[in-house]
Amino acid sequence: MTSAAKPLIDVQDLTTAFGSHVVHEQLNLKIFSKEILALVGGSGSGKTTLLRQILGLDRPRSGVVKVFDRPVHDYVGPERIALTHRWGMLFQAGALFSALPVFDNIALPLREVHHLPEDLIRDVVLMRLSWMGLTPRDAALMPSELSGGMIKRVALARALALDPELLFLDEPTAGLDPQRSDEFVELIRVLHRELGFTVVMVTHDLDTIGALATRVAVLAEKKVLVEGSLEQVMQTQHPFIEAFFHGERGARALGGQEAKGVNHGKS
Amino acid sequence: MPDPLLANSAALQTVVSDGTICRLLGDWNVQQLSVRGEVSARRKALVQVKSIAQWDLSGLKTLDAVGAQLLWQAWAQCIPPATVLTPSQQALFEVLAQHPIEAAPAPRATQWLGWIRAIGQGCYVAVGHGRELLLLLGGLVLNLGMLLARPSRGPWREISAQIFRAGAQALGITALVGFLIGVVLSYLSAQQLAVFGAGQFIVKLLGVATVRELGPVLAAILVAGRSGSSITAQIGVMRVTQELDAMQVMGISHGQRLILPRVIALAVAMPLLVLWTDAAALLGGMLAANLQLGLSMVWFFERLPDAIGLTNYWISVIKGVTFGAWIGLAACHFGLQIEPNTESLGRGTTASVVTSITGVILIDALYAILFNEMKL
Repeated sequence: MTSAAKPLIDVQDLTTAFGSHVVHEQLNLKIFSKEILALVGGSGSGKTTLLRQILGLDRPRSGVVKVFDRPVHDYVGPERIALTHRWGMLFQAGALFSALPVFDNIALPLREVHHLPEDLIRDVVLMRLSWMGLTPRDAALMPSELSGGMIKRVALARALALDPELLFLDEPTAGLDPQRSDEFVELIRVLHRELGFTVVMVTHDLDTIGALATRVAVLAEKKVLVEGSLEQVMQTQHPFIEAFFHGERGARALGGQEAKGVNHGKS
Repeated sequence: MPDPLLANSAALQTVVSDGTICRLLGDWNVQQLSVRGEVSARRKALVQVKSIAQWDLSGLKTLDAVGAQLLWQAWAQCIPPATVLTPSQQALFEVLAQHPIEAAPAPRATQWLGWIRAIGQGCYVAVGHGRELLLLLGGLVLNLGMLLARPSRGPWREISAQIFRAGAQALGITALVGFLIGVVLSYLSAQQLAVFGAGQFIVKLLGVATVRELGPVLAAILVAGRSGSSITAQIGVMRVTQELDAMQVMGISHGQRLILPRVIALAVAMPLLVLWTDAAALLGGMLAANLQLGLSMVWFFERLPDAIGLTNYWISVIKGVTFGAWIGLAACHFGLQIEPNTESLGRGTTASVVTSITGVILIDALYAILFNEMKL
């Protein structure tokens, strides 16, 4: 990733605060085309809040969040709608519309763009479902009847309904068993390869980071503490990084890279 | 040379055929295809060049899943031989080939006698609700017995919080509505009574009508709309967030912790609210009578005890207790029936308010017959 390349998302000097509680202070982050960026940080370090800022759901106290070269809050009216067609978000708990069956949940964004014939929508939705490993029979189920893994898949299918350039994932593998989690990671990897979108994901799961992320940004002390490849991040000396990547879990999950990191630490 | 039939079509720039090779150009993505008429125009263009020997997609600017699906439909679910594709397009169509779509199921035949079935279903549902309500009432009586046996373990804090919410916080709105209804009633009847020169009877008329009928019903309707709906929504959301399940796992009884405090609170708060509404309505009526008929307020006030009588006051209080308990029970029942989705939440809340208000009117009618038989 060269610094000359134009970032898709450019967070500049972002300060977020709720009342007197400051979440981000002068935070800077650039996200480039086609990469998979993992946002890592302890609980309450403002990862999801940063995602909400990028999506324009919250307003910053100061600083600016640029998406596709323009501040996200400058998109209004039809432009904002056009912007929302270019991104998709997978919410942590799925955020499926509980009153609609699976099929309508995925068809909703396609119907919202208007003028697409219903038979084409049907084929696109069923293809997406099949791609996510769900059957046409699942399409008639209500969200409350789905298992955790199925909710994630349906939510991902909905997020991808309009072939977005940008995909946001909030804890994509949280609440899935290891096997489901691996399958889901593999699914995202295949989709990323086939569709070529950019991914920004918030995660705690070291396996997911190891398997997917092309770049890692660590949020701590109200800013991006360090960013770079997983190896580069792991070589940084900081209590949080020590605890997160070099702990017992880290050793188990990252294996080879962990060894490198430790060697570097000793040398 | 382009087909003359396509000359006016918007698809002209995207489907270009020279008789042997059909070139697809431009954007085949959801943004372009969602323009009105675009899909049907392109479909028509694709059908017209169907007999073409070779397809060339290398000139496409964009191709996304929706565009690919459109082509896939036109090609009858296979890539025509000798098609020029870029590697990424190839990959996209391979994915489509790997995930074949079943044909749309035939629409179900319309059932002409469906309405009979719907009536039967409605009766069945109504009986089901009645049965559940009866069970809830039985459980409530048992819980009440347990509360009386061991008062120290009762949910007193919850009861007092509910009394505050359903009672104290409703004082403003019930006073306002009661006052205005009193004014309207007094104003209208004063006009009629003045015709007969029977202006003094307004005290009796207003007093009995308000205390015996209007006060309790008005307060009950307001409380059903205000507290009944909020209780249903609250319990419903507890279902959605699995709090009800959590309580069950911890061995905390819904009846004891959710239903009992709410029903008791409403049964306590309602009669007080009824008396309060009565007072506000009488005050309004007194002011209107003073303005319209020139009746002195002191005189009006002095006549009130004789005009209304203690019996009517007790009837008012009894109605208040019954209405309160009924509203609480119905609200809790519909709250517990809610399924974990937003649609059911909305439906349940509506059903709760409609049922409680209808029930209140029904109970009121039963009381009218009962008290009439008792010559009260």
